[in-house]
Amino acid sequence: MTPRALAATLDTLPLAQTDAPGFDPSRMRDLYRMLSNVRRLDTAAVAWQRQGLIPGYAPMLGQEAAQVGAGAAVDTTRDFVFPTYREMGVAYTLGVNMVDYMSTHKAIWHGGLYDSIATRFAPFQAVVGGSVLHAVGWAHGQTLNGATASAVEDGLGVGLAFLGDGASSQGDVHEAMNFAAILKAPVVFFVQNNGWAISVPTEQQVAGGSVADRAAGYGMPALRVDGNDVLAVLAATQRAVAHARAGLGPVVVEAMTYRRGPHSTSDDPGRYRTLDDEKIDGGEDPLSRFRDVLLAQGVADAAFFARVDAAAQQHADDIRDGVVALESRPGSEMFDFVFQESTPTLGAQARQWREESEHV
Amino acid sequence: MSDTLDVATPRSLQETPPLVQLSMQQAINRALGEILADDDRALIFGEDVGVLGGVFRVTDGLQARFGANRVFDTPLAESGILGTAIGLAMAGFHPIPEVQFDGFAYPAVNQIITQLARMNYRSRGRLPMPVTLRVPSFGGIRAPEHHGESLESLFSHVPGLKVVSPSNPQQAYHLLKHAVAMPDPVIFMEPKARYWNKAKVNLLDNVVDAMDPVGRASLEGSVIARPGKHATLIAWGAMVSRCLQVAELAAEDGIELEVLDLRWLKPIDEAGLAASVSRTRRAIVVHEGPHTAGLGAEVAALISQSCFNTLRAPVERVTGFDVPYPSGDLEDEYIPNIDRILFGVQRVLEYRRG
Repeated sequence: MTPRALAATLDTLPLAQTDAPGFDPSRMRDLYRMLSNVRRLDTAAVAWQRQGLIPGYAPMLGQEAAQVGAGAAVDTTRDFVFPTYREMGVAYTLGVNMVDYMSTHKAIWHGGLYDSIATRFAPFQAVVGGSVLHAVGWAHGQTLNGATASAVEDGLGVGLAFLGDGASSQGDVHEAMNFAAILKAPVVFFVQNNGWAISVPTEQQVAGGSVADRAAGYGMPALRVDGNDVLAVLAATQRAVAHARAGLGPVVVEAMTYRRGPHSTSDDPGRYRTLDDEKIDGGEDPLSRFRDVLLAQGVADAAFFARVDAAAQQHADDIRDGVVALESRPGSEMFDFVFQESTPTLGAQARQWREESEHV
Repeated sequence: MSDTLDVATPRSLQETPPLVQLSMQQAINRALGEILADDDRALIFGEDVGVLGGVFRVTDGLQARFGANRVFDTPLAESGILGTAIGLAMAGFHPIPEVQFDGFAYPAVNQIITQLARMNYRSRGRLPMPVTLRVPSFGGIRAPEHHGESLESLFSHVPGLKVVSPSNPQQAYHLLKHAVAMPDPVIFMEPKARYWNKAKVNLLDNVVDAMDPVGRASLEGSVIARPGKHATLIAWGAMVSRCLQVAELAAEDGIELEVLDLRWLKPIDEAGLAASVSRTRRAIVVHEGPHTAGLGAEVAALISQSCFNTLRAPVERVTGFDVPYPSGDLEDEYIPNIDRILFGVQRVLEYRRG
């Protein structure tokens, strides 16, 4: 396989919207701290699966810069994130309780135990492309809210739909982009093009080679960004969010990155790519790359990295303790959340379950 | 009493008579107008529902009254309509999307089953889905392919959905308002063959139907459309009026058939079913959908469980066949007609234990 080169940067967002701020040193150190925590937690979660603590996990190794960069552009007081099943880094950056997040991987509850309203992070989504339309609907709701609100100068809440190169094949993603453009909904379609949809490479997945290129067909601006450069991702996402917030409509951001690990802990990448492929196609590690930037700019020193990386290990250990302590939900909850208002039929089934399973 | 009523007149500007003559299309239109007026979070959207007023004119005049933010046309994509509805519900709105015909719900089935029906569950109740999906349903209008499907057994099988089908303008008006007020997703199946049939509608809320078998508020469970003592015909949607015709004919021969309008197809009114069949001791369930694994099988199972000791005959099912819904020229051969229902009644009445 030929090395994957970053295509020429596609950048159609109007320059008037470009107000990417310079990043101050403490902000940059914060970003590194988050990258480090996410990296450690992600690799730890794979280990937990090998140890039998959790039945499965979808690693995001290599996508830390894309996820932390995107998540850092979110205003959790008014935006809303619609993740897939591989957005642990976004969840962390938004401040989602990571034990509650990891509960889905411990098979405690499909959607996770975190509160989506409080965290602005929609439930864990197992259907590829399944939540992209939800972001459009939610975002259109912000437009409708704005239409009746007295003050709209502050701008709209923005829905961020996360999807991958594989999801871009789904019809729902086309429908979502078309709806969003027609409705001029404040949505950012944040595409992590990580090169692989389980075993199928982007070349066999994305006709034309670029999801961002498709935006032009919907009359939408798009940004294609080096997804392994956390500052570039953050700046691009901020520009896209600002555009949507201003009521100018949806934007596609395609972050070119690489899934360094398996699709999931059940996957065996050796069947479809070699270690050499991974080395060549994966490019530079987003963490070491950002570390070099911080060192070169004198923003951080070796002692800082030692301290942060040790804290990341401690953080991952703390989360592990929390995951170990997570207890099963009571079986009655199977019935409790089917409806807001349960039915006599379901009530009868719940009673029968209780009698026959708990002998009460 | 006036036979015609300007359905576009705002509620507050008219003296509402207790009874008005409305078609089901008018009754639903009127209910939708009142919902939009009373609930500023309610939204209506779908294909051609705005300027055109829907292909059945059910949303006629609503965009003009409430504006294009409240009532809007979407691109022609049903999955998009449902996925957008879910997002709007997450944003606190009360979406009332329409899919134009039953068969066009198929492209939206992924969003309906994997998302709409599960979001409340997945989010542990934090993201309720107060979405009422209006689906012009069933056959009988000589329409093209996929314009005459019966989806009730499909949707009733899905945990997290509620399914209801009105049989007449009165039911349609009140059940729609009731469905929209519910905090859960409801599939509202409108029998398109009955859109143009007029009947008197009592517009007052909380009308308790005198025929209600167990005296509950009239908007939950089933309702007895005609009392009888020799057998119970169980139906919903357009089949209710057909069963009433059958009961009329049977009465000429001294057979008194009870007609139970099931209305709610999920949850099914088990108590109402049991109450009726335990009195008549014979049951025939009638539906347009295919026979195998149709909702009639569920009804029959519930009856056999609740009325096994009193049943005089196996529960009879008079249904569509296990064939793709046929072209208009053959649909009268497919949809249960009066003769086939009467044969079903006869089989039940003539049954003798061997």
